[in-house]
Amino acid sequence: MRITCPLCGDRDRREFYYYGDAVYADRPAEGAAPEAWDAYLHLRDNPAGETRDLWYHEMGCSAWIEVTRNTVTHAVLATRLLAERGQTGEGGPSGEGEPKPRRKGKPE
Amino acid sequence: MIRLIEKTPCEALLPVTCGALTLREIVGDRVTSVAPLKGQGAKLATALKKLGLGWPAPNTAIASATAAILWTGRDQAFLIGADPEGLDGLAALTDQSDGWARMRLEGPGAADVLARLVPLDLRGFAPGQAARSQLGHMMAILTAPEKGSFDIMVFRSMAETAVHEIHHAMKAVSARAAL
Ligand SMILES: [Zn+2]
Repeated sequence: MRITCPLCGDRDRREFYYYGDAVYADRPAEGAAPEAWDAYLHLRDNPAGETRDLWYHEMGCSAWIEVTRNTVTHAVLATRLLAERGQTGEGGPSGEGEPKPRRKGKPE
Repeated sequence: MIRLIEKTPCEALLPVTCGALTLREIVGDRVTSVAPLKGQGAKLATALKKLGLGWPAPNTAIASATAAILWTGRDQAFLIGADPEGLDGLAALTDQSDGWARMRLEGPGAADVLARLVPLDLRGFAPGQAARSQLGHMMAILTAPEKGSFDIMVFRSMAETAVHEIHHAMKAVSARAAL
């Protein structure tokens, strides 16, 4: 399995650490109802098909990456830097931290 | 008072030679981690140009006659062989000179040696490129002083393991070449 890091390019799966469902990046606001925390912490779909999860390019550039992949075909459909979600402000001189279109796949 | 003895990261470990392959230590250069502060990217790039360098794009390195800057991760680069002159206030600067073991692998088949340890195709790896990847289980930074030769950086604490792993692969590649 290979994952396309938005910064490093195609890399071996061994370089990445798997975290979990991409919902972990959408933490409920302070004071959210217990149901929201319950859903955030415990309730997961288990789709046969497209899913989105968080990977850390641990042995590479240290970026957190949101990966859209298919659990049936194992295809990696799209990747983007987690930092690009709702980011404001300037990134590095190369614009590494600036919002960019997703690398592959359909728009959301 | 205790007298401390200064040792290089690969002291007594390198150099090693296997057939035409050599692995030797690179010592002495100042290594500074440069992480741009928010909103200072353009100014930082200009300041680095004054050092004869620039801000490296992902997977690249920029070298002058005496120094180099390597892209080492998201919004991070390593300045090697130069003082971080004029970068104050533009980037978070960390002196990492003593934190890394640096070594150079040279000779025919050097890419084959690394093919046993690094999950990247390094056969076309050339000056101007930089890669952050793994060497065995160790985080590593790779650059090419020339095509077919490799400068390898690993955490200093892993120097002995890195030398052991690379030397082992060198032996295997040169034994195969001798068949
Ligand atoms: Zn990466």
